[in-house]
Amino acid sequence: MARNKLWTNIDWITVILFILLVFAGWLNIYSAVYNDTEQHSIFDFSQRYGKQLIWILAAFLIAFTILLIETNFYLFFSYIIYGLVIFTLVLVLLFGTEINYSKSWLTFGWFSFQPAEFGKFAAALALAKFMSSFGFKLSRPKSIAIISLIVLLPAFLIFLQNDTGSALVYSAFILVLYREGLSGVVLFFGTLIALLFIFSLVLSEVLLFGILTSLTLLVYMIANPGLKYFFRVIFIWVSVVILFAGLNFLLKTGMEPGIILAGTLLLGGVVVWIYSARNKLKNYVTITIIFIGAILFSLSVDFTFSQVLNSYQQARIHELLGIESDPLGVGYNVNQSKIAIGSGGFWGKGFLNGTQTKYKFVPEQSTDFIFCTVGEEWGFAGTFVVVSLFVALFIRLIFLAERQRSGFSRIYGYAAAVIFFFHFAVNIGMTIGMMPVIGIPLPFFSYGGSSLWGFTILLFIFIRLDASRLDYLSY
Amino acid sequence: MNSFSKRSYIVIGIFLITALVFSLRLFNLQVLDPTYKVFATNNVLREVVQYPARGLIYDRNGTLLVHNKPAYDLLVTPREVTAFDTLYLCEMLGITREEIEAGLQAANKYSRYKPSVIVQQIPPEVYAVLQERIYRFKGFHTQSRTLREYTYPVAAHVLGYVGEVNANDIQEDRYYSQGDYIGVSGIERSYENGLRGSKGVKKYLVDVHNRIQGSFLGGEEDIPAQIGKNLTTSIDIDLQLYAEKLLQNKKGSVVALEPATGEILALVSAPVYDPGMLVGRVRASNYSMLVTDTLKPLFNRALMADYPPGSTFKMLNALIALEEQAITSNTYFPCYGVASSPIRCTHDHVSPLHVVEAIRESCNPFLWNTFRSIFSKFSSSSEGYEVWREHVLQFGIGRKLEIDLPIESKGSLPEVSYYDRIYGKGRWNALTVRSLAIGQGELGLTPLQLANYCAAIANRGHYYTPHVVREMEDESIPEKFKTKNFTGISENYFELVIEGMEQAVNGSTGMLKIPGVSMCGKTGTAENPHGSDHSVFMAFAPKDNPKIAISVYIENGVWGARYAAPIASLVIEKYLNDTISGNRGWVEERMMEANLLNPNQPK
Repeated sequence: MARNKLWTNIDWITVILFILLVFAGWLNIYSAVYNDTEQHSIFDFSQRYGKQLIWILAAFLIAFTILLIETNFYLFFSYIIYGLVIFTLVLVLLFGTEINYSKSWLTFGWFSFQPAEFGKFAAALALAKFMSSFGFKLSRPKSIAIISLIVLLPAFLIFLQNDTGSALVYSAFILVLYREGLSGVVLFFGTLIALLFIFSLVLSEVLLFGILTSLTLLVYMIANPGLKYFFRVIFIWVSVVILFAGLNFLLKTGMEPGIILAGTLLLGGVVVWIYSARNKLKNYVTITIIFIGAILFSLSVDFTFSQVLNSYQQARIHELLGIESDPLGVGYNVNQSKIAIGSGGFWGKGFLNGTQTKYKFVPEQSTDFIFCTVGEEWGFAGTFVVVSLFVALFIRLIFLAERQRSGFSRIYGYAAAVIFFFHFAVNIGMTIGMMPVIGIPLPFFSYGGSSLWGFTILLFIFIRLDASRLDYLSY
Repeated sequence: MNSFSKRSYIVIGIFLITALVFSLRLFNLQVLDPTYKVFATNNVLREVVQYPARGLIYDRNGTLLVHNKPAYDLLVTPREVTAFDTLYLCEMLGITREEIEAGLQAANKYSRYKPSVIVQQIPPEVYAVLQERIYRFKGFHTQSRTLREYTYPVAAHVLGYVGEVNANDIQEDRYYSQGDYIGVSGIERSYENGLRGSKGVKKYLVDVHNRIQGSFLGGEEDIPAQIGKNLTTSIDIDLQLYAEKLLQNKKGSVVALEPATGEILALVSAPVYDPGMLVGRVRASNYSMLVTDTLKPLFNRALMADYPPGSTFKMLNALIALEEQAITSNTYFPCYGVASSPIRCTHDHVSPLHVVEAIRESCNPFLWNTFRSIFSKFSSSSEGYEVWREHVLQFGIGRKLEIDLPIESKGSLPEVSYYDRIYGKGRWNALTVRSLAIGQGELGLTPLQLANYCAAIANRGHYYTPHVVREMEDESIPEKFKTKNFTGISENYFELVIEGMEQAVNGSTGMLKIPGVSMCGKTGTAENPHGSDHSVFMAFAPKDNPKIAISVYIENGVWGARYAAPIASLVIEKYLNDTISGNRGWVEERMMEANLLNPNQPK
């Protein structure tokens, strides 16, 4: 491969995926804003699609500029870029403009932008620089501390702006650390605790315990040391449950079903644990302990939530997790969003023909809920294509990252991929009711200059790094 | 450093699993689950009811009696309301601040998202002003309805009125929903199904703010409202106007019908009221005023009041006796001596006398003897009474006539069991119930029944069920109004009583003589324990081929010939001759000027 031929070394597959996504995004913004009664030219810059067209052209210009800059620039200036972004994040807190309850905009005359959108690539650069530095070892506590500082500082500043969704994006970096050698146990428990925390608040106790039990039984089955033991464990469990439930029924203790279930599961768990320990079933011991721990954890989350936190704090968490039952609040958004997507059918209602879209039943439809337009007007065919395009982009990025010779480029590539993935997973998950409603944009789709530019910079720095992957030896 | 490169598969695995879960969820949501498609339609569809205009009502000669005028309701959607100039709105609509506030509160309670009516029936002239300024009142909009308007201020009891449906109406007929109008009484009620037409539905697409964006499927699923059917009544509006005028300052009724068809020509229950009083926003106050009026103007005397028929009943007793061959045309009874007890004659006349003379002279002893001779033909009194009662029933007395108006009384005609209960079984006879011989006692006839009975005599033995509607657009009138009801009495016996009725009119005061018309009639006096007796008269004319049969009751009119008879003669003259002859002007004047609202009149 020729060393200095930038344009031939660029990964055009990624660039094409980028252009496809941006173009599809613009079409849907046009549709979301479109109105039967008022017709405007597509270049009408008072309309959102007109503005987005400007942002897109500017994004192309930014991408082009990034490609022209030498790779060394990103490597040498990564900490400085990081410092500048942190500085603007502090500036936002001091002089920012508040829009939609979050103080995340910096305004200069007619121009305003969200610095938080630029925090991601800066943090990715700094993290890549630090983790690829000579003699770096992930296992050192000091390394962990510095990594935490690099990632959590912008997240914390963004959290202070009251933009919780954008702050949570930084948790995606854990996947980068995992790739670079962080123990899988940390990833496993980290994910488990996060999911348990959310689900203890979102799901009912009985449902959550039911899911946990069936998952555990599934793992018992997979970690099968012999069907004999598996059936005995099930037998023990069932007898304990029947015994305990029967006693409760006879004594009429009047305890809530959730409590009774937790009690029987814990008791059964202890019996199974003793049984597996006696029979030296190592896997079963571990699984049972994790199961007992999970039940205790979710009980304590419930207890803390209902007994320790005051109603204001509870409301905040409810709001964050999107489990507010207020039909005018978050619940309304998700419901309308599901209606819009669900009404699309297989082939969709056609471009500009979505009634839910046209008559603005989904709030924030050109920004956070842009995926509803895809769902309603292009149907399952459309949503499947969009999901596929995104996943193709992510896999392509991982593939590119893995072919880097430099640690800096690989780490940066992973960071870019997981940040896109986090946005994708949370945004689409939110529109189909599988994730709490935390307003973060869908990359390249959602209306907004700052986010489009932020994502473009994030992507194209990696494309630039990849284009000159042959230039340097790994650091 | 690449020792962990295998972990890239785990990361890719996470991506793929997420994508798979999303795709499955999307497939379920978009392709498998139909509920969201229904929700989506419900979201954007707003069905707007189209109210049809009610059918028009005409009189028998095609004169328009009832039509529609536009009126407008002001509706409010509480959620959309912003601060507005309450005082200005109140002034424009002529309502108080409290009314607006109470209305807003009620609307708020009902729904913050759905419109509810806050001010009803705004007249067009106010609406014109309001419509120009409505943009100042966010959350308010208007809807057009139609209100009834009456060409003449008469015939309220026939036409009835229209009001808002109540919970009961909605439950009985799912056609109605809250706020709809329904005929409450009169023709409006009994012909409601035809008059109302049928409501239409227009489907609109609305946006999230409930603003209409266009029609749904280009109006393909719209159902147009169908205008109500027009009605032609049998009422002669000129006759109705004239009769109502004659009954001014009196209580009572006039029912005139055409014997050949059973069509009602005029139906008056006095005191009358203007049907326009029960329309629009003044209705509530007018209604309570009418309800509390001690003269009971809302009470339809013509169909609901049971008056004793008095002497007008004598023809019926004579007819029954002739049919049962208890008497013949040559049977003579004296009206003095032992025959005259227990009921005396009230005035001097030839004696003994036969049936024609008895009717002419309204001879009580003759009728008593006739009545007794019916009973004596049978082995027991109750059997005799039963036969007598069956004959009476055949004239439409003691049962509902099934007129095409919502309510009527069946009058009063006791059964055998009634007398058994009072006097004991087998312990009563013709003498006990002798009052029936002269139309007093337990008997009660509505003015409509009396007029119908008169029509049966005029027809020499049959009648058509009285009705007020001649035809309805695209629909024929029910078969029962075209079917003869036979009285079961031979035609030739009628000639005898008709002869008597003609002589009765001819032998009376000059007040009853209509130039060029042979009127057959009979006066009556209905005993009234609460004040002066009621004046009763029934008549038909001309004698051959009768065109009109009439019953007149004038409460506290003292006796039949005093008011009821002259009024009936004037109505008949008006109908047959179209005008009152010059030499009867004084009769007309005296009748119109009479004020009988005081229940105690000089004898």
